[in-house]
Amino acid sequence: MTTSGLIQIGLYLLALGACARPLGLFMAGVYEGRIPRIVAFLRPLERLIYRIAGIAPEAEIGWRRYATALLGFSLVSIVSVYALQRFQGVLPLNPEGLPAVSADSAFNTAVSFGTNTNWQGYGGEATMSYLTQALALTVQNFVSAAAGMAVLAALIRGFSRHDSDTIGNFWVDLTRSTLYILLPLSLVLALVLVSQGVVQTFSPYREITLVEPGPGVDGKETKTQRIAVGPAASQVAIKQLGTNGGGFFNANSAHPLENPTPLSNSLEMLALLLIPAALCLTFGEMIGDRRQGWAVLSAMTIVFVAMIGLAVVAEGRGNPALAALGVDQAGGNMEGKEVRFGSDMSALWAVATTAASNGAVNSMHDSFTPLGGLAAMWLMQLGEVIFGGVGSGLYGMLAFALVAVFLAGLMVGRTPEYLGKKIGAFEMKMASLVILLPCATVLVGTAVAVSLPQGKAAVANPGPHGFSEILYALSSASNNNGSAFAGLGANNPFYNGLLGLAMLVGRFGVMIPILAIAGALAAKKRTPVGPGTLPTHTPLFVALLAAVVVVVGALSFFPALALGPIVEHLMLPA
Amino acid sequence: MKEALRTSVVMLAMLTLLTGVAYPLVVTAVAQVAFPAQANGSLIVREGRPVGSSLIGQPFSGPRYFRGRPSATSPVPYNAASSGGSNLGPLNPALKDGVQARIADLRREAPGLEGIPVDLVTASGSGLDPHISPASAEAQASRVAKARGMSEDEVRALIVRHSEGRQFGILGEPRVNVLLLNLSLDEATERP
Repeated sequence: MTTSGLIQIGLYLLALGACARPLGLFMAGVYEGRIPRIVAFLRPLERLIYRIAGIAPEAEIGWRRYATALLGFSLVSIVSVYALQRFQGVLPLNPEGLPAVSADSAFNTAVSFGTNTNWQGYGGEATMSYLTQALALTVQNFVSAAAGMAVLAALIRGFSRHDSDTIGNFWVDLTRSTLYILLPLSLVLALVLVSQGVVQTFSPYREITLVEPGPGVDGKETKTQRIAVGPAASQVAIKQLGTNGGGFFNANSAHPLENPTPLSNSLEMLALLLIPAALCLTFGEMIGDRRQGWAVLSAMTIVFVAMIGLAVVAEGRGNPALAALGVDQAGGNMEGKEVRFGSDMSALWAVATTAASNGAVNSMHDSFTPLGGLAAMWLMQLGEVIFGGVGSGLYGMLAFALVAVFLAGLMVGRTPEYLGKKIGAFEMKMASLVILLPCATVLVGTAVAVSLPQGKAAVANPGPHGFSEILYALSSASNNNGSAFAGLGANNPFYNGLLGLAMLVGRFGVMIPILAIAGALAAKKRTPVGPGTLPTHTPLFVALLAAVVVVVGALSFFPALALGPIVEHLMLPA
Repeated sequence: MKEALRTSVVMLAMLTLLTGVAYPLVVTAVAQVAFPAQANGSLIVREGRPVGSSLIGQPFSGPRYFRGRPSATSPVPYNAASSGGSNLGPLNPALKDGVQARIADLRREAPGLEGIPVDLVTASGSGLDPHISPASAEAQASRVAKARGMSEDEVRALIVRHSEGRQFGILGEPRVNVLLLNLSLDEATERP
């Protein structure tokens, strides 16, 4: 870790903390129907949407109907993304004449974008037409993020209400998340990114003559370079803000036209944690006790900072396997990294993007040192609750909070309570599902993949690193992250199918129990704070919550990690 | 469920108009007016024709040019229509072999070159990295000067001209733009 790296990390954390509070309060206003003045001019548009869709915005629904609406919307979304890819060859806005995407890849991508995972089995510039990028992928970047935020808003209402059989209106939460939060932020960020050099055009790719002819295939020279361009900035802005992560180009935010300068890098990195962090404070505001929001945010930050330390130090030390060759590794482990970001900002990004379920990359995680890669992989395996996805991160973390109060209750022999609600057997069962389903999907999926020849054939690196590639892919898909150890050749029917299933379980296997918890909590009476109530805004609870997350993650994944990154680390030359 | 599906179709259609049509069009329109050069790929135009993008590296291998980062794009290096890194793991023998070969290559032209900066022998993440570190430029300065019959000071002055510090003095890493540097080398040598 260099001094400059340390300063940048400090600035990053400060900027994040400074932006989280105002945005958190802003979002609380949006979800409580007090539309903030700065976006109030969009209200007629909101009402128009409800009128056309025949939605009564004031009609609230219970958790089952909320879940039905969510599932219906996700299904329609996935089908539409699938269809656009399959027909892009005959649809307009395809200047490169790209053909229809294969059925298995289109399924994988449709699920991937519909579940806010944004795993990419394909290379963007060589696969997707501009129409597909805009109408399928950009749209899902918005609405899948908005759906996650809607579910969180419903869960928060479960805590803030009592004796109620409704938890809000899915369509209203979806529309408001998109219209008042994601759209304005994306518009501003996209334009700032263009000013830095991110492309935004519908023209065909540019062809230029190389200054010096380069090597070509079959001993021929390459005289020209075709530069892929496109409407990238608009998609990059929302892929960061909506914790989507699906890049416009194959190299994602390592691509200079997607992330051209250190400033664009800092802003993209800030954007990917901004909403998940701010939502903690939205939560505090909506339940009427801001300290609770800060407590959850603090627990997330503790684990986050520890992982930054691990990854930045590991990458900064360079690759011991290259040390004997006479390379000066003062720059750190630079394989797969860009000079303008350097090792420190690449490692910080890797931790931020896997802490959030974003998955955009500005360097290639497959080439990270074993410990750097471990930090990224483990943050996903924790269940994407250290910030996590927009909405999904915090609702996952609140399931961990239920487990934490339950554990504390067991220790002192009292009925657990959280935020004035008694936590019963039903809530605990649902919270356990939320935590265990993705864990099981990662481990079972990895076991299936390493047992079958199709699973092993896709591995690009020999030894334990090959196992890490598979474990990383399943961790990423099951927790809806989307980043990859990209050497794994995952664009084939086996992995497209397996990872597609993992993404579906990781998304809906978590969302539905969360909505059930929301419904159950909303129906409960409020329990007054008594002498036996465990205060949940204190440093003690912050430590307990962080410890529960870390212990569950460590116990579940230590054996698997030992076979991958840990043994690889032990194999490094001293 | 049937009602939910019907509402879903209408809602998706409207949100598509908003976020998939209006949003990219508005961003494109504003970008093309306010930042036309950046929005179109930051192209470098010499004598009326584009010779590259200042953000996209090009392959250089001759002794007269500064080399950029090794590129792992396929099928040819610096393929700007198919970006990507090598994805070689840290212990992959192919990584070590590749680095060794690049070191041998550099030492063939500059015998005795020691302490080769890591970015000069490792592939970038995008395969299109337009930059190298100042140390990597310095390591090639005398070779380029000799090959072009220029003084090392002249070459160093050009390196400095195409160096960028940390943005606002804080962000990112100091770097040298290889394509811009090589273009100005060509201009300097062509001058009578």
